[in-house]
Amino acid sequence: MIPATYIVTTLIGIFLFFLGKNRIKNICMNENKKPHSLNIYHGLFPAILSIVPPLILLSLWIICDDVIFDQMLKNRLPNNLIIEGKQTFLILLAAINNIADGIIVGEPERWMMDLAQKLIIWRGHSDSLISIITIICSFAFGLYALSFVKIDFRARNAVEKLIMIGLIICSLIAIITTIGIIFSVIFESIRFFKLVPIYEFLTGLTWNPEFEGAARAGSGQAGLSTYGSIPLFVGTFLISIIALSVSVPVGLLSAVYLSEYATKKIRGIFKPLLEILAGVPTVVYGFFAALTIAPFFRETGGLIGLDVASESALAAGFVMGIMIIPFVSSLSDDVIRAVPQSLRDAALGLGSTKSETIKKVVLPAALPGIVASIILAVSRAVGETMIVVMAAGLAANLSLNPLDAVTTVTAQIVTILVGDQEFESAKTLSAFALALTLIIITLILNFFALQIVKKYREKYD
Amino acid sequence: MAQTRTEKIVIDGLKARQTKERNFKFFGIFAVALAIAFLAILLISICSKGLPGFFQYYATFEVELTRERIDPRGDMSDQSLFEGEAKKIINEAVLEFTGAKKRNEKKAARSLLSNGSDLRLVNFVQKNTDKVNSRQKIKFALDDDADSFFRGYIKKQTPEKQRRLNDIEINYLEKMNEAGIITYEISDYLFFGSASRNAEMAGIKGAFIGSMLTLAVCFLIAFPLGVATAVYLEEFAPKNKFTELIEININNLAAVPSVVFGILGLAIFINLFGMPRSIPLIGGLVLALMTLPTIIISSRAAIKAVPPSIRDGALAIGASKMQATMHHVVPLAIPGMLTGTIIGMAQALGETAPLLMIGMVAFIVDIPGSITDPGTVLPVQIFMWADFAERMFVHKTSAAIIILLLFLMIMNGGAVWLRRKLERRW
Repeated sequence: MIPATYIVTTLIGIFLFFLGKNRIKNICMNENKKPHSLNIYHGLFPAILSIVPPLILLSLWIICDDVIFDQMLKNRLPNNLIIEGKQTFLILLAAINNIADGIIVGEPERWMMDLAQKLIIWRGHSDSLISIITIICSFAFGLYALSFVKIDFRARNAVEKLIMIGLIICSLIAIITTIGIIFSVIFESIRFFKLVPIYEFLTGLTWNPEFEGAARAGSGQAGLSTYGSIPLFVGTFLISIIALSVSVPVGLLSAVYLSEYATKKIRGIFKPLLEILAGVPTVVYGFFAALTIAPFFRETGGLIGLDVASESALAAGFVMGIMIIPFVSSLSDDVIRAVPQSLRDAALGLGSTKSETIKKVVLPAALPGIVASIILAVSRAVGETMIVVMAAGLAANLSLNPLDAVTTVTAQIVTILVGDQEFESAKTLSAFALALTLIIITLILNFFALQIVKKYREKYD
Repeated sequence: MAQTRTEKIVIDGLKARQTKERNFKFFGIFAVALAIAFLAILLISICSKGLPGFFQYYATFEVELTRERIDPRGDMSDQSLFEGEAKKIINEAVLEFTGAKKRNEKKAARSLLSNGSDLRLVNFVQKNTDKVNSRQKIKFALDDDADSFFRGYIKKQTPEKQRRLNDIEINYLEKMNEAGIITYEISDYLFFGSASRNAEMAGIKGAFIGSMLTLAVCFLIAFPLGVATAVYLEEFAPKNKFTELIEININNLAAVPSVVFGILGLAIFINLFGMPRSIPLIGGLVLALMTLPTIIISSRAAIKAVPPSIRDGALAIGASKMQATMHHVVPLAIPGMLTGTIIGMAQALGETAPLLMIGMVAFIVDIPGSITDPGTVLPVQIFMWADFAERMFVHKTSAAIIILLLFLMIMNGGAVWLRRKLERRW
């Protein structure tokens, strides 16, 4: 029914398009005058009005009707039913919805079947109602718009205004999503900080959210769950440092070589090759780290008498370093090439060798851009998830030893939020608090990178 | 000729300076070589594990396809075949071949073929209804332990207690091998199977279709939105505080770690709107938000690259601003926009973390038929398989990675090709 409504509405629009176009043509012939706008705009105006608003209405309805049905079901649940928590309620609703969809598991109770029956009827009514409303609206809007079509009607301006409104709405969505992200995260974080004091979160030395469920299940001790995020940030810091100590020297030296020494041909081959490293999905790096690099480090560590954990910060950081080489090299390459040739010529003219020119003139000149590229690489490393989830483990050790297993903010967010969870527990909410700090850190890093670039950019132009 | 003091210093220092020069250049070459070496090691390690993953061992047995036993209801329906004795028929064939008599021998013989063999038989019957009531040779996949034996991971020399196959099983496998019924072929399960706990039956079809559905949703949302936003910001937006805010927002959105988009999807789509988990629709929405900044930024660059003379020309012959944009600027910028979109889609195809949060990590056997059916995607499938310890899963995971990388290569290659072919220099 609903797909048919979409098609019918579109057909109405197309019909009105030709109607509008013909109408202006006839008017012109009769009055023997030229219209203000081209014929096509006189067709487009009613067509747009008869298609777009009704279809938006229809789509909104489809998104919202399940929520309304859930409310209606809630009011009709048997009075004697005891519901514990939000989760069981959701499961009940899902079960009723499934029965209505024809998925029946086992023998559902009588009242559930009744409700499902009701739900099917409601759905039918709702579908026919919204279809009728949509089609009526479509006709009404279209015909109303058609009544405007006259010889001096500024159809082009009207159509352009409509398009403009569409464009503005599209650009607003970018803002809305950012606000959505920030608000959903801040909102849930506030709920978390009501349960766990903010200073405990920021200064606590143990991260142990697992005990909560255990306490409820009867084992474990109540109140033992602790939400001190310091170990996570230390872990993130440690892994990022390892990653940077791989990617910065390699990336920077490659950038210098490719931009200053390499011939055009060599550069054309190797630069794209390096960039492949950035295009490999992170899950592949995670697999590589867990299966190839981590065992390799453990064995080499064993040979020289070091005890390397099977999920070590070193392996994860090393592989992450490989991944961000191109971030450092590409951006640095751009800024090095942006240094004016006259500076190089002057240095060479004074008799310095090429490497002296690079070290004493080119790199200092390009330094702000290079620093910015490194900061962007840091923000990449801090936000990287899959490699740490797969290779660094989940043990929240407070340790700066790269051979230990550590965990990071992102890895914890993933572990906490994967699978079923209730939105009321401190454990789930803690993920939002972590996400908030993560967002703040990356935004600050980005802000600084941009500021550095902005502040020093024009210096040599 | 007498040297001045300065000349002397310069000439004396020359050798050291030239050595430094050579060293510096060497370091540069070394760094590039190191980065390339990392890439090579990565690719070689994936390929060496992944190429065997495209193949697996099959054993061919002759089975008696008696109509009444296979199809008790006689209507060839799924239900009827499901109730039939496919499993028993296969077991009889294996027992007949191995000659197993004792209880433990029978158990050993039965364990050699994949658990999904009966389904395979049923599928064969459904496809070849004319071959019922005859003896047919059918290829069955070996169980993953038996497969590991032929691959050489399980060795006969290891003491029986320490290997996953006992002596009887190994004897039977060797017997099969001598009889020539074991074949090593391209794994049809990899391409046409879906998620399974049994390594030999696991395949990527479900995840692949899930990926395509998710990507389709992502494209349909992100491309129009991104292009429209870019056109507005670049061509029409007045330069004021408000548009500046939009620009800052877009840049910030590009910097937010992908895992945060997963949280957004979880909090808004699932918790607030009450949408179901694990469905490609939400996956696509989340990925669309993630790729939107990439598309907007590259589309704006493409629009900027169109020279002002084109706009001026259109305006001069009487086009309105909107006409100049829609009829001239946008068509010229489309190749650049598409290039950016393809790159954004490639990112989305490889993304894992945000999809884990919206529940696409669930174990789903059914192949999704629409964007509201629960499903998973290729990178998440890889992530899930990477957790399993079986040797065969390592191979299959790597094979899935190779397929994923191939797709990414095609997409990125397509973007490069498009850029070279269609983009005009002014």
